[in-house]
Amino acid sequence: MKDQFRMVEFNLNGRDVAHVVDARSSLTDMLRNDYRLTSVKKGCEVGECGACNVLIDGECFNSCLYLAVWVRGKKVRTLESLAGPGGELSDLQQAFIDETAIQCGFCTPGFMMTAVEILESGREYSDDELRKLLSGHLCRCTGYENILRAVRKAMHRRLEGPAPARP
Amino acid sequence: MGNVGQSVTRLDAYDKATGRAKYTDDLCDKSALVLKIVHSTIAHGLVKSVETSEAAAGRGVVRIFTCFEVPDIPFPTAGHPWSTDPHHQDIADRLMLNRHVRYYGDDVAVVVAEDEVAAARAARLVKVEYEELPFVLDVQEAMKDGTPRIHEEFPGNVLAHTSINKGDYDGAIREPGLICVDRWYETPVVQHCHIENHIVFAYGENGRLVIVSSTQIPHIVRRTVGQALGLPWGKIRLIKPYIGGGFGNKQDTLYEPLTAFVSQQLGGRLVKMDVSREETFVSNRVRHSIRSHLVSWLRPDGTYVARKLECFSDQGAYASHGHSIAAKGLGAFPQMYPCPHVRGDAYTVYTNKPVAGAMRGYGIPQAMFAVESHTDDICLALGLDPEAFRRRNIMPVGYRDNFSKNENYFDSFNQCADRAVAYMDYRRKAAAYKKQAGPVRRGIGLSYLWYNTGVWPISLEHSSCRMVLNQDGSMQLQVAETEIGQGADTAYAQMAADVVGLRDYRDVHVISCQDTDVTPFGLGAYASRQTYVCGFSIRQTGQILKDKILRYAGELTRTPVSSLNVVDSNIVRQTDGRILMPLGDLALEAFYSLEHSEHLTAESTCQIKSNAYSFGCCIAEVEVDIPLCRARLIKIVNVHDCGRLINPALAEAQVHGGMSMGIGFALSEQLLFDPRTGRPLNGNLLDYKLSTFMDHPHLEAQFVENYEPTSPFGTKALGEPPATPVAPAIRNAILNATGVAIDRLPLNPHILFQRFTEEGLIRDSWREEK
Repeated sequence: MKDQFRMVEFNLNGRDVAHVVDARSSLTDMLRNDYRLTSVKKGCEVGECGACNVLIDGECFNSCLYLAVWVRGKKVRTLESLAGPGGELSDLQQAFIDETAIQCGFCTPGFMMTAVEILESGREYSDDELRKLLSGHLCRCTGYENILRAVRKAMHRRLEGPAPARP
Repeated sequence: MGNVGQSVTRLDAYDKATGRAKYTDDLCDKSALVLKIVHSTIAHGLVKSVETSEAAAGRGVVRIFTCFEVPDIPFPTAGHPWSTDPHHQDIADRLMLNRHVRYYGDDVAVVVAEDEVAAARAARLVKVEYEELPFVLDVQEAMKDGTPRIHEEFPGNVLAHTSINKGDYDGAIREPGLICVDRWYETPVVQHCHIENHIVFAYGENGRLVIVSSTQIPHIVRRTVGQALGLPWGKIRLIKPYIGGGFGNKQDTLYEPLTAFVSQQLGGRLVKMDVSREETFVSNRVRHSIRSHLVSWLRPDGTYVARKLECFSDQGAYASHGHSIAAKGLGAFPQMYPCPHVRGDAYTVYTNKPVAGAMRGYGIPQAMFAVESHTDDICLALGLDPEAFRRRNIMPVGYRDNFSKNENYFDSFNQCADRAVAYMDYRRKAAAYKKQAGPVRRGIGLSYLWYNTGVWPISLEHSSCRMVLNQDGSMQLQVAETEIGQGADTAYAQMAADVVGLRDYRDVHVISCQDTDVTPFGLGAYASRQTYVCGFSIRQTGQILKDKILRYAGELTRTPVSSLNVVDSNIVRQTDGRILMPLGDLALEAFYSLEHSEHLTAESTCQIKSNAYSFGCCIAEVEVDIPLCRARLIKIVNVHDCGRLINPALAEAQVHGGMSMGIGFALSEQLLFDPRTGRPLNGNLLDYKLSTFMDHPHLEAQFVENYEPTSPFGTKALGEPPATPVAPAIRNAILNATGVAIDRLPLNPHILFQRFTEEGLIRDSWREEK
């Protein structure tokens, strides 16, 4: 019973945190239950749907397949890290809204975190490449069409340099 | 006055884009006990005993309920309005846990534990002893004499059989010289695959049961929980937060009764049922697999003389929505291509498979696959052009259905087809693609679609609405019609703002979460009904609120009410357009006036006794690799006439989602069963081939906007129609490419291999050597 619990210290959305977790917990469970991060969704819990996707040291992982104890000493980013301190939306979030890429909203956070990885690569991808990069996520509402538009738009804006100020 | 018709941002966009929107699991306290169901591991049989002692001894196990401990009250699950006429009530054929198990995955017992691990461990240790009975998986086999009876009261396993008869089919087909096209078509069992699985939690509060559930139909589930538990319906309170998709699976009572029952038995403790993806595939609902037999008799010039449809709808183990699905498909048959002599028979039949219920399109995707595939088969047999033949025979302008009183007011079919044909360059391609040789060929195919909005006159249609004015001139809006991702709340806000005269739809605060204690009574998300039916109650209620505002304004301004209006959130004198006061100032005065204080609110119900046809057209282009037996979709367009668009951007997004579901239905999705055991073989998202980003080309959605005259806002069905024409269009494109007609979905390599071999396009050398 004693060995079942572990202290996990890591960096969560820019803040150093620590929590004692059940060693069997997935990262999804820890982020949802112990840190109440509701953007991390459970859609299958076996790595099929992508709804629980988060960035670990800059790389996307299905957090349902990643043990909570494995993030010790690592940097974890969830969708909650994207908005500014006053709740200002990031360019990516705004692009999802502007392109009507959000419907039920359940796959949205996972998609956005993969899109963060895409945008932060600083590379320009073709539509076919974007489709492949985003294909680890399932969505039943959008047919993926507007998600592609949103990610493409955010990618191009970043590559062009700082987005012009909104009127 | 211009919120309707604008592509405004959805009301929940910010909360969903930041991950803070609360879904059912986000609202459940961590102290909840966890439920885990023990499912049947046989397809048909009787539970002799359930041995729970080993499981119950496990650490963290609180209680185990078996099928011998639940109330013996059969209850209906379908998300239909209740009927006070016993003959129109849904079939009540299941208990919360079943002693007579009727499919592999049926619910036998439920473990209550302190955490998920303890619950799952205990569920595996529960030992169920069965008396196995023979089972049947095929819909027509199930109807034969001597097959096992799945429900005692349904001989031949036929849940229902309905017929239509128009003219004299038998006499008409004796006309000399007729050409007969006679074929069978079949669609598979598929699942909704909303990304949020069904989840529900329940607890006691002041002698009542509170249930928070991921459902499309809060008021209906309140009633069915009351029925299942034998409780007065007022003892149940049902709360519906944001949900992660539904598509019809959540238009059914799922595990709300069982979860509420367990909470009740444990003195109102908080209990949660979080359904797994694997359970969602097997033990929730699926789409009816329907086998259809179509016979058409035509003169050589392509005139329909007589038509016949027989369809066999695979209900699975329990009634759920039952015959409504097959009946909807049958109802579409005589209307789409009217013909003087029509006969139709629809059978809904129990089998030992997962329970079929509502799914986006409600029988019409299956019917459109049969009817629109058959239309191309007729053209092939008679040497006719598929587009010209359709245009010649499609429901004419002015066509009126005597039952629903629906009327085809506009030439929508042809207008939609014109747009689709132009976008796809259909005519040139269809001609060019006929002349191909070689292993990789292209093809282009067409399908129309027909859809009824809402359920009148089969069933009740109404909507209730409440509007409450705030001190600043904004207002709350409540309806029972649910936001399930489609953007319904935003459409309601746009309509309400225009009716009351508010400047901005964001001044309408839609209370998205339904709570049966406070939300006006209504029915929920199904039948592509919500924008249509809510339009009635929003207009009526908005008019009542506006009248109250204007009466109050008349008092304040000493102006006759008939000279006043609310425009852009101002009280305006109509004679000269002068702004007399902002609505917010009026509201503030009304709240706190020492002369005449009044909270300005309005609430009303509107019963709807009309319906509206929704129309559309899909054209798909494919590339078929004959040796690899693969069809790849390369271009597609859907064109819809759903009346005036309330929010064009959200409408377009709805069409994308429907097309995507149609693409999966056409090319890859099917739930498979082991014929020896009845066990589902691929109930997970790896083995069940849901379409991904890689399987889709650009999805082109276009609209023809003919103002629907029966709707206060000129709107009609759009939620489901986009999913209905895609599969036959893709199927007809493969026919155009290869000359091979394929009558079964999905059009995956397995079926293409079989059909291409049969038609001599490829050689099955392995079989030949044997």
